[in-house]
Amino acid sequence: MGEEISLEHRFQAYVDADNKVEPKDWMPEKYRKTMIRQISQHAHSEVVGMLPEANWITRAPSLRSKLILLAKVQDEGGHGLYLYSAAETLGISREELLDDLLAGRAKYSSIFNYPTLSWADMGAVGWLVDGAAIANQVMLCRTSYGPYARAMVRICKEESFHQRQGYEIMMHLAAGTPDQKAMAQDALNRWWWPSLMMFGPPDDQSPNTAQSMAWRIKRKTNDELRQEFVDKTVPQVEFLGLQVPDSDLKWNEARGHYDFGPIDWEEFFQVVGGNGPCNKERLAARQKAHDDGMWVREAALAHAKKRAAASAASNDLKTSAA
Amino acid sequence: MSQSPDAWPLWEVFVRSKNGLAHKHSGSLHAPDAETALKSARDVYTRRSEGVSIWVIPSSAVVASSPDEREPLFAPSDDKPYRHPTFYDIPDEVGHM
Ligand SMILES: [Fe+2]
Ligand SMILES: [Fe+2]
Repeated sequence: MGEEISLEHRFQAYVDADNKVEPKDWMPEKYRKTMIRQISQHAHSEVVGMLPEANWITRAPSLRSKLILLAKVQDEGGHGLYLYSAAETLGISREELLDDLLAGRAKYSSIFNYPTLSWADMGAVGWLVDGAAIANQVMLCRTSYGPYARAMVRICKEESFHQRQGYEIMMHLAAGTPDQKAMAQDALNRWWWPSLMMFGPPDDQSPNTAQSMAWRIKRKTNDELRQEFVDKTVPQVEFLGLQVPDSDLKWNEARGHYDFGPIDWEEFFQVVGGNGPCNKERLAARQKAHDDGMWVREAALAHAKKRAAASAASNDLKTSAA
Repeated sequence: MSQSPDAWPLWEVFVRSKNGLAHKHSGSLHAPDAETALKSARDVYTRRSEGVSIWVIPSSAVVASSPDEREPLFAPSDDKPYRHPTFYDIPDEVGHM
């Protein structure tokens, strides 16, 4: 017990000095569990996050926009893979992670339980949802767990095009016909508040924040990140000539930040708890993809085993001939 | 904690970003065999011209030193400053050396 405590002290001093923790280093069991939970939730979010956008790939309004959307969705699949790999370095298997998701035991970002109703949603999602994700991910590039930090660096490099392509869609619609502009405004109205919720509950209701900050897993609190996002995004809304759907929004000179209205946390907890508009649909789509891919996984493995056996046999022949 | 025998094995991916540079670890992925691992590595780790050559190596083949051995393995080189050029005082007049 005494030894455990001194190990924990050493670990704390180590992360306090901004050192990175690598997979084989000693770490408190709770740190390992927290990292597995956070990284796997993040991975699931990337994977489930492909679904609302995949909804529009076949209906993209031009070949250009279809290519861009395909590339973006493919990136998100890659992000899921980088993150699952990072989680696996902590001693959990990919299968367990996927089982947890499909069985509904794992969480993913609640934003992906909202429907994408129009093409303008591809704009709002790229701009706001990826934008909010980027704010969080830029912070996580400096997280204390090495493999997670490295995955974040790679992801952040790829993300910036996601936000820009979304904003471009919004610019085109906002500068288009009155109907197109109304579509853009409608998408903004529906995605604004859920995007602010992406940063998680307010600091005074976020029990894990203090420990995560102490271990340098997080560098900023939910409320700090949310405020930064609002401050950065409001001018972008103004540039589009659209309205933020918040009558309380106003610049606070004294604080040097925008004040904004109360967030409906009841809605957030409902969606997190499985009662969002698309929770069941998303998991069902994941389950179907998993089941439909089963024969491919099995066939690939059978093929690999057959070839390995054949090459082992031919090596045996060569050895006995010699 | 454990993988079922039917799970695809894990591979480590190394990418050479351009000729003249060494292959560098990019990440890992699961694949049933080496050929598929290479193809997936191309799709996953070189979507933006990050590479001109890829190595994939079964993760199980990697032999790593243990963090517990850090002291005995690497500390001995810390007290040998004479292996570094700055250890030697050479007058400026001699020129760059
Ligand atoms: Fe992503
Ligand atoms: Fe993204």
